[in-house]
Amino acid sequence: MKRMIYSATAACLIATSALAAASTPRIEAGWVRATPPAARAGAAYFNLTNPGKAPDRLLGGSAPGVERVEVHEMSMTDGIMRMRPLTDGLVIPAGGTVALKPGGYHIMLIGLARPLKAGESLPLTLRFEKAGKVTVTLPIKTPPAAGAH
Amino acid sequence: MIRRRSLVLGGLAVAAAAAAGGGGLLYLRTKGGKPLIKIGGPFALSDVDGRTVTDRDLLGKPTLIYFGFTYCPEICPTTLTDIGQWLDRLGPKADRLNVIFITLDPERDTGPQIKRYLANFDPRIRGLTGSVEAVAAAAKAYRIYYRKVPLEAGEYTIDHSTAVYLFDKRGEFVAPIGYGSAPDRAVEQLTALLG
Repeated sequence: MKRMIYSATAACLIATSALAAASTPRIEAGWVRATPPAARAGAAYFNLTNPGKAPDRLLGGSAPGVERVEVHEMSMTDGIMRMRPLTDGLVIPAGGTVALKPGGYHIMLIGLARPLKAGESLPLTLRFEKAGKVTVTLPIKTPPAAGAH
Repeated sequence: MIRRRSLVLGGLAVAAAAAAGGGGLLYLRTKGGKPLIKIGGPFALSDVDGRTVTDRDLLGKPTLIYFGFTYCPEICPTTLTDIGQWLDRLGPKADRLNVIFITLDPERDTGPQIKRYLANFDPRIRGLTGSVEAVAAAAKAYRIYYRKVPLEAGEYTIDHSTAVYLFDKRGEFVAPIGYGSAPDRAVEQLTALLG
């Protein structure tokens, strides 16, 4: 009897996680930009896919050693770099993918307690309007030079 | 008639400059090649150890100037890394160049902050800061656009012109190097500048 309860519970757990997996945003090809010593801000990038049937919204998040994690959009017009916090979050359409990448949408890591060192990794918890919190561990990398691509 | 033709030519120059798109301003030039807009001018700032540096201290050597800030997560560290790579490729010739980083964020970028930050880049890059007014005056003289953008919790970031500017040894503006410029092209421009 006891065993049956266990397996029923296990089945329930599996079902719940399968359900969650169906609508949990997928974070792929993610990385964090390595920062020079004394830098107080960094950035994280990834492809964000919403497998759900309804749009979701990336609102922000948290990471150890980082005071605030915000969603920003960078743009470059006539040689002027502009940065805007997306205060209403970043919408990911149902079944769609949004790329967070250099020169565009990105996660801004503000108030670094220590430099983000290439070769290490950063556990990043992202907060979504519907999916709630999702944690991923992203590698910290030194990006190629701007003129190299 | 002559006047009309020069207007047409002027229009072409504007279009060409806009297409080149470096630095957020139009590099209008007369036929003689002299810029119509003056880029560069007097400034008085401090280096990372608190010593005064003015525009006059840069005369006698060609100069590369870049305006940025140390809280900048992407463009500034990338540009400073690029500059280091250009200097490496120039070899010993690079020692004949003033390489200047001027902060647009003097409130947070004190001398010691810039010193720690620049320690990760080419040691030939010299950082300058100053009072809010002194930095504003320098940015104005160099036609640099910048604007504070408030973030949550009293923090801010800064929108700014991203180009690197080149000057000859008399302090005359020569050319910009746009963000993301091909390294070969940038090294070519610097080689020409060094003569």
